[in-house]
Formats: sequence, C-alpha cells, structure tokens
Amino acid sequence: MRTIKEINEKIKKGQAVVVTAEEVIDLVERKGPKKVAQEVDVVTTGTFGPMCSSGAYFNIGHSKPKIKLGGGICKINEVPAYAGFAAVDIFLGATALPEDDPQNKVYPGEFRYGGGHVIQELVAGKDIKLEAFAYGTDCYPRKKLSTYINIRDLNEAVLFNIRNCYQNYNVAVNLSERILYTYMGVLKPRLGNANYCSAGQLSPLLKDPYYKTIGIGTRIFLGGGMGYVVWHGTQHNPLAKRKENGVPCVPSGTLAVIGDLKKMRPEWLVGTSMLGYGVSLTVGIGVPIPILDEEICKFTAVKDEEIYAPIVDYSVDYPQGTGRILGEVNYAQLRSGKIHIEGKEVPTGALSSYSKAREIAEILKSWIKKGEFFLTESVAPLPGLESGYTFKPLKERPIE
Amino acid sequence: MSIERAENKDMISKRIVLHFPQKLVDKPIVYKLVKDYDLQFNILKAYVTPQEEGLMVLELSGEDEQFKKGIEYLESCGVKIQPLSQDVIRNEAKCTDCGLCVPICPTKALVVDPLTSRVLFYDNKCIACELCVKVCPTRAMEVHF
Repeated sequence: MRTIKEINEKIKKGQAVVVTAEEVIDLVERKGPKKVAQEVDVVTTGTFGPMCSSGAYFNIGHSKPKIKLGGGICKINEVPAYAGFAAVDIFLGATALPEDDPQNKVYPGEFRYGGGHVIQELVAGKDIKLEAFAYGTDCYPRKKLSTYINIRDLNEAVLFNIRNCYQNYNVAVNLSERILYTYMGVLKPRLGNANYCSAGQLSPLLKDPYYKTIGIGTRIFLGGGMGYVVWHGTQHNPLAKRKENGVPCVPSGTLAVIGDLKKMRPEWLVGTSMLGYGVSLTVGIGVPIPILDEEICKFTAVKDEEIYAPIVDYSVDYPQGTGRILGEVNYAQLRSGKIHIEGKEVPTGALSSYSKAREIAEILKSWIKKGEFFLTESVAPLPGLESGYTFKPLKERPIE
Repeated sequence: MSIERAENKDMISKRIVLHFPQKLVDKPIVYKLVKDYDLQFNILKAYVTPQEEGLMVLELSGEDEQFKKGIEYLESCGVKIQPLSQDVIRNEAKCTDCGLCVPICPTKALVVDPLTSRVLFYDNKCIACELCVKVCPTRAMEVHF
C-alpha cells in the first residue's frame, strides 16, 4: 500500500496523516480498516512506566594527571556506577543504591534515592558529585578523583536500556494475610487491590503484536528526545501465549533502546522509589507505526477491551515461579477502577501513567506532522514467532 | 478547611490537626471536649513524635457555639490547631498521574478522572493517613505539618 520512504516524503512536505493509537481505534470503528489504511500514514503509540533494566553510560573525559577508573570504584552522588571498562567510561544502572542505604533493614525500606534519580538529576542539568578510586598505573598515575560533573561537560551521556516497553504485563494481587511490598507497588492482603502496568491500547508492542514494523533501527521517542530500538530486550518472549487477535495475553516481547541523554528531558525520565522494593527509572517511550497495509492498520486499532492480562498472586505464585494464573482481565476492566476476582470486587491501581502515555503519543504525532521526526526502516527484525526464541528460567547447578 | 453543615444549622463538623507541645503530652485534655462542650470527635490519627510532641488528627463536630468554645479551650491549654486539608499536598510537578495511590487511599480522596485518566486529589476528603505518601513512586504526596 505504501512504503516508509513514501511516508517520509509526505512528512517532508508536511502532508503525512498521523493519528494516535487511541484515535485510530475510533476511526477504524467508523470507517473500517481498509479505508483507514488508505487515509492514515502513521499511528503513534506511547508508554510511561517504571522500567528497571534502564541505565546510562558516560565518558567523563580525562583528568590531569590521568586516572583509570576501569577496575576501580566509582560513585555518582554516592550511587555506585560500573567502571569495568576503559579509563573514563562508566555505566550507571537505574536500580543502583548508595552503599549506606538502609535497604530493607528497616522494613519496608523507603529507597529514596538511587541510580534512576541520578539519571533524572543529570538530565535536569544539575551538578552531580563523582568520586572515584583507582589503583594507579604508570600511564594513569592518579588514584583518587572527587569532582562535580555536569551533563553538558561530558563527552558522551547515553541512555541505554536493555529491557523496556514490555508487551503486556501481569496484574499483581495478594492472596495472603499480610501486606506485600513489591515492584508492582503495595499489595494489600486478601485481594485488597490489583496493580497493573501497561498503557494497554496505547502501548507500542501491543499495537504491533508480531513486530511487523518495529525492529532494530526503529527511531522512537525516548525520554523526551529521540532514540532507537537497538535489539530485542532481555527476556524477549515472542512465543508467549496469544489471543486470536494476535495480541499476547501474558508478558512477551521487549525492546532494548538507546538515545542521547543530553537531548532528553527530566519529565520523561523520572527517578522512582518503590516502597520495600527499591529504586527504578520511569521511562517515556513512543514508537511510530507506519501503516504499510490493512493488516498493520487492523493491529493498531486493537482496543483495551481486546487486550487481556493475567492476574498473578505475588504472595506465592510470583516469588515461587509456579506459573499459576488466577484469571484474565482486559484493560478496559482494569482502567474502570475495579475488577472482580473470585467473586470479590477489587480496586485497581496503575504503575504506568495512561495520561502520560497519551501525551507521548500526541508529542510524537506533532513531531511527525511538523517534519521534525522521520521514520526509519528497520535493518533487522526482532525475533518473532518463527524464530523459536524463548525466555528460559535459570538452569541452576549448585556448586558443592 | 472543610466545613460540612449537618442537618441542624447550628451544628458543624471539621477535620483538624492538634499539636500538643511536650509539656502537654502526658496531660488529659481532649476528653474535656466531650465533658464540658458536648462535642463529638473521631480520632483519625494520633502519635507522639520522637521529640515528644503529640499530634492528633480529629474529626470534631458539635453545636456551633460550643465548638468555638472547645477550640478556645484547647488553644488556652497551649494546643496548636491547624485545619487538616493543608497537611497533605500533592506536588503537581512530581506527580506522573500513574494511579498507584488510588487503591491505597481509604477515603477515595485520590481517584482517576475517567475522561482525562489523570489522578484527582480531593483534599477535603483526605484524612492525612499518609498511606499515599510512601506508596507514591515519585514521592509527589507531601506532608506539611
């Protein structure tokens, strides 16, 4: 029907027809997928939720005299960063905690500050403390470094998230008698609440369930700037159970993404504290889906009522990995504020901000309409159903 | 301050925060509201801080004139009084409208607007239990005493 090259020609001329993943639902209901596929060039998606496998790497530049952080110790605002690279390259993970954080020693721990917060403060342009200890060599004699750094002075500051954008996720509940503090939030006993974490009908991979357009090299909205899909994310699981409409009904595909942190915004990369669990980074991602044919258009029009998520008990089944699912609910039910489980009405809570997801889809739409954002052809597909690629548990072989 | 008028026009009901300085912590005071002023109260929260200042959140109701006298009595004892609704506030810049606080709030002071999907905070319904404060992933709910 149309190619990405043709879409980019239209974007250049300011003629591309772009709608959000919410708007396309209504359009397809009124006009049918065939007509909408003829009219619409791009559908924009969005998601904004805590994504723990996020991080950033930096090249801080060389001091005089030089120091080799590689093999040494490096802390940024007291949060340890990984320094096992060359002299001045470091990687900071979103869930890293300062050494003196009480963690869960006073249960539930508050986890007020960690890697995710450092990343947000850096992006906000704040001065950050860097402390490093090295063993010293002939070529890198310095052993200690204690300095303020600022993102504008760094050579590279790159967000590199190895697993983001989960295609669907669990609905977490608690069947036990005690309160639970999890990465899915506080779960009140005896089915006191049900927490979910997906933008549903706005979420990127739920609108391209077979990865027909999203692949390696896809340009995206990332943290308020532009980024790229660089690989499938860790735990990518294309063979997970799907409904007849092709949409997975359990957690399945994931993305690894990258982008220039210097061009991102602190409102779209937010340091996050999960009571009794730890710190994380809430990441804003938006992916454009080119409407190359009617089938792709149909997929983008899948709505909350047609997307199902598994209800999982986090008192036993999740931590023990039993695989038991208590039932299924769709995102329209989840977003209504209450669902029914085992005859009980249970209030729902979201970790993923639907209103922010909507805002991201709108921003991406405006970028494309204004000719500030062009689509890319993916250079290689993500592992799909035919790949046989799966997500395996650890094959544990205890060491005697 | 939230003021709910009861059926009888002379009756009022308010949610207030009482701060008891250290010297008053071990003295019986609040019972006099019932005994001398015929007021009803529902204790929403009470604790003594490590600095030994007492803090109590009350829903206090009674006849208008008696209510005023009761408050005057508390103040004459050295109790500082604040309206409740000022105490838990939402930092709008920090809130991401995720909605994790919504099922945690016992009084439905935090609800999702079905149209905008944004989280609304009705501070007049807030009883300052502070459950939302630590649950909020971005710590957008702040306590100001």
